[in-house]
Amino acid sequence: MNFDPRFSGRKFASVGTRPIRPDGVDKVTGRARYGADFNMAGQLVGRVLRSPHAHAKIRKIDTSKAEALAGVKAVITAKDLPDLTDGDAAMYDILDNCMARTKALYDGHAVAAVAAIDAHTARQALKLIVVDYEVLPHVTDVDEAMQHHAPLINDTVFTEGLEEKPVKPSNVTKRSQFGHGDVHQGFGHADFIVERSFKTEQTHQGYIEPHACVANVSSDGTADLWVCTQGHFVYRQHCAQLLGMEASKLRVTSSEIGGGFGGKTHVWAEPVALALSRKAGRPVKLVMTRDEVFRASGPTSATSIDVKIGARKDGTITAAEATLRYSAGPYAGSWAEIGAMTAFACYRLDNVKTVGFEVLVNRPKTAAYRAPSAPMAAFAVESAVDELAKELGMDPVEFRIRNAAQEGTRSSYGPVYGPIGIGPTLEAVKAHAHMKAPLKVNQGRGMACGFWFNFGGQTCVDLNIGMDGSVSLAVGTVDVGGSRASLSLVAAEELGIDYAQLKAVVADTSSLGYNDMTDGSRGTFSSSMATISAARNAIKILRERAAQMWDIAVDDVVWEQGHAVAKGEKHGNLGKLSLKEIAAKSGTTGGPIAGHSELVADGAGVSFATHICDVEVDPETGATRVIRYTVVQDAGKAVHPTYVEGQYQGGAAQGIGWALNEEYIYGKDGRLQNAGFLDYRIPVCSDLPMIDTQILEIPNPNHPYGVRGVGETSIVPPLAAIANAVSNAAGVRMTHIPMSPPRILAAIEAEREG
Amino acid sequence: MAGVAVSTTINGDTIEYLCQPDETLLDVLRDRLGLTGAKEGCGTGDCGACSVILDDRLVCSCLVLGAEAEGRRIETVEGMAQGDKLHPLQQKFLEHAALQCGICTPGFLIAAKDLLAKNPDPTEEEIRFGLAGNLCRCTGYDKIVRAVQDAAIVMKGA
Repeated sequence: MNFDPRFSGRKFASVGTRPIRPDGVDKVTGRARYGADFNMAGQLVGRVLRSPHAHAKIRKIDTSKAEALAGVKAVITAKDLPDLTDGDAAMYDILDNCMARTKALYDGHAVAAVAAIDAHTARQALKLIVVDYEVLPHVTDVDEAMQHHAPLINDTVFTEGLEEKPVKPSNVTKRSQFGHGDVHQGFGHADFIVERSFKTEQTHQGYIEPHACVANVSSDGTADLWVCTQGHFVYRQHCAQLLGMEASKLRVTSSEIGGGFGGKTHVWAEPVALALSRKAGRPVKLVMTRDEVFRASGPTSATSIDVKIGARKDGTITAAEATLRYSAGPYAGSWAEIGAMTAFACYRLDNVKTVGFEVLVNRPKTAAYRAPSAPMAAFAVESAVDELAKELGMDPVEFRIRNAAQEGTRSSYGPVYGPIGIGPTLEAVKAHAHMKAPLKVNQGRGMACGFWFNFGGQTCVDLNIGMDGSVSLAVGTVDVGGSRASLSLVAAEELGIDYAQLKAVVADTSSLGYNDMTDGSRGTFSSSMATISAARNAIKILRERAAQMWDIAVDDVVWEQGHAVAKGEKHGNLGKLSLKEIAAKSGTTGGPIAGHSELVADGAGVSFATHICDVEVDPETGATRVIRYTVVQDAGKAVHPTYVEGQYQGGAAQGIGWALNEEYIYGKDGRLQNAGFLDYRIPVCSDLPMIDTQILEIPNPNHPYGVRGVGETSIVPPLAAIANAVSNAAGVRMTHIPMSPPRILAAIEAEREG
Repeated sequence: MAGVAVSTTINGDTIEYLCQPDETLLDVLRDRLGLTGAKEGCGTGDCGACSVILDDRLVCSCLVLGAEAEGRRIETVEGMAQGDKLHPLQQKFLEHAALQCGICTPGFLIAAKDLLAKNPDPTEEEIRFGLAGNLCRCTGYDKIVRAVQDAAIVMKGA
């Protein structure tokens, strides 16, 4: 049946309510099983040996002593993961990151691994592996890595995207450019121009659950993998390719996931666990330590960004330009490109140009972190926008409203916008009581806007109706924060039944068709679309069965509020048949009743937010406290509003940590100095105020209920909103994130000294 | 290494186990006793996901040795509900959606139980400082604080 995904205004019975999530009781009683909570009979403990050097050639690895240790069942190096990538450069990078082949490229890069009967033996074995390194010069700073004299991380990399093909290799993998109009001409029409440079430090997603998996490879060539991941189908594909297996022979089950935020979209130790299990002939459990998570999973980029914006006296922006440099770790990504796309996405601009440079450094491979690359670009742009408003003598909210993108605006990255929420979030902020609340001495208020694309992608859902009339919903997008509740609400809405009549589960890779990962804020958007489609397919069958039971034409049967209803006067005395009544007869009317859906969820509506923040800065210590915070964001349609609020609050809190505290600190030796939660300090409960939220609903025209993704945008504005607030409180423009006490003190002192 | 024989009380039950001298209480709970409610987020006492109550004191079980549990009383998240009746904190965490991924939840529930046992009527600030030893990366703590406030009201009325 053709599925029409277009928005149709309707009244909701279930969607928009706030029931308890179906996986809730297990999670408050300790019964829910996360990555490290699963065990198999005969299971070994896997551990990984990691490079202590930022950059080193691996001359030789001697594993003989480790292999001879009693209780050691397998030792592997890159030799046990032969290159099967067949010219696929991206897959080769993944393989090389999982286990260094010829060079260790960062402090923490895996070089060998063992499987032993217990953790104690495994740790002993790691100490017996002898690696002969030739230490090489390293570079960890994004700007330094772009210098001509910088140590070269990969001599096969020649910068892409330049007009002339470079003759020498470089740490810059790619130059990308976006925009339209003529910025040179635009700046010529400006009465005021602000030009500033900014830096942001590298941060980690900071999920509380370390990466964990149990791998079980059988000698018949099949395998099972239990793993915490945001995308078990993608993990299956990658692991199967790297191990030389057929994808269908590898069943991947996603455990409950203890946070991901983008960091669990890449394979890290899973291929290693599979290789260990294959060699040992036994199941292997591999759990990263927190130190390993920091050193060897994927933090976000560090950046260096220049912004120039010009405006006329009346407040109209005439031109905007940015150069953005993003660190990628030792492997190419598309982080600078994404930053360059998002930088000016909030504004209606005649002349705009952004140029991104992707830069290799001796740091862990960069991974996605919630709206990856957008927060840093927004920090730079929204700081400059505030400065420009100040120069113009305009209120920063009014200035943004005047220049905000609208429906029909050609975005700075190319596409023309449909109905969007940037204007409405700004108007809501303008009217918000928070904007009028008085401030005390040393306090400042800031606001900023943020944009994220959102994503749809390949999605598959099975909806099965039991003979008792209860409904099981099998989805393939990993539930990272309550999506089983929202998808159950959507199925209940469509079928016209009670939420409690449904049970949603995340199916394993052998039980459902392929699904893209839960990334790009796609979980609820795409799986709800597939759920609606699956439910409509099931309703078609339910109508057919009812017609059969009544012995009337199916066209005379409609579905209303969970019942088949016969339409037309001739059927006046037939009454209704409930889903339950139809299901009870399914054995004799044609067998099981189910609805399936396989689709590509196109048309993810773009998302905008505006945040307001009040801070108090202690001028003696440079310490900053966030004293009030408000998030206003467009959700399209909030399916389960409490979990939408949770996404808004969580993103804001991560942004606050990024803005004020969090950063990777490298020593001169290129080693990470703060690989733990004590020294890499994420916000704790006493650091934060309540985080107020306001949900706007500007329907996405490409989803039946108007849903947009809501997960990521909330981390985009905070860096800038807090920087603007701190700058207003301290009386000096802050240009380096995080705004830790020493940086704020230094800025205040520099301003005093003039 | 020779195992250490330990007799202890966990959630009201007498439990005996053998553990290695260098094994943490968290490892014993998770790997020997199958009590995987306590989570290892860091192993260094910084995240609180492994919180348990040891003789009326809130501790990170990753910083306690399994051998130290001899003759002591341990409360874990698995002991909070009475049969199929959830503890008010568990119920309020669900109602307020005070969890997203849920990995920190067992630790928060135990820490909040300890907090309310010592201070049945805490202010928001007391809750925030009382729970500052537990990390949550999903929620921004807003809904956790509200759930604890609401549970305190219910528990006072009980």
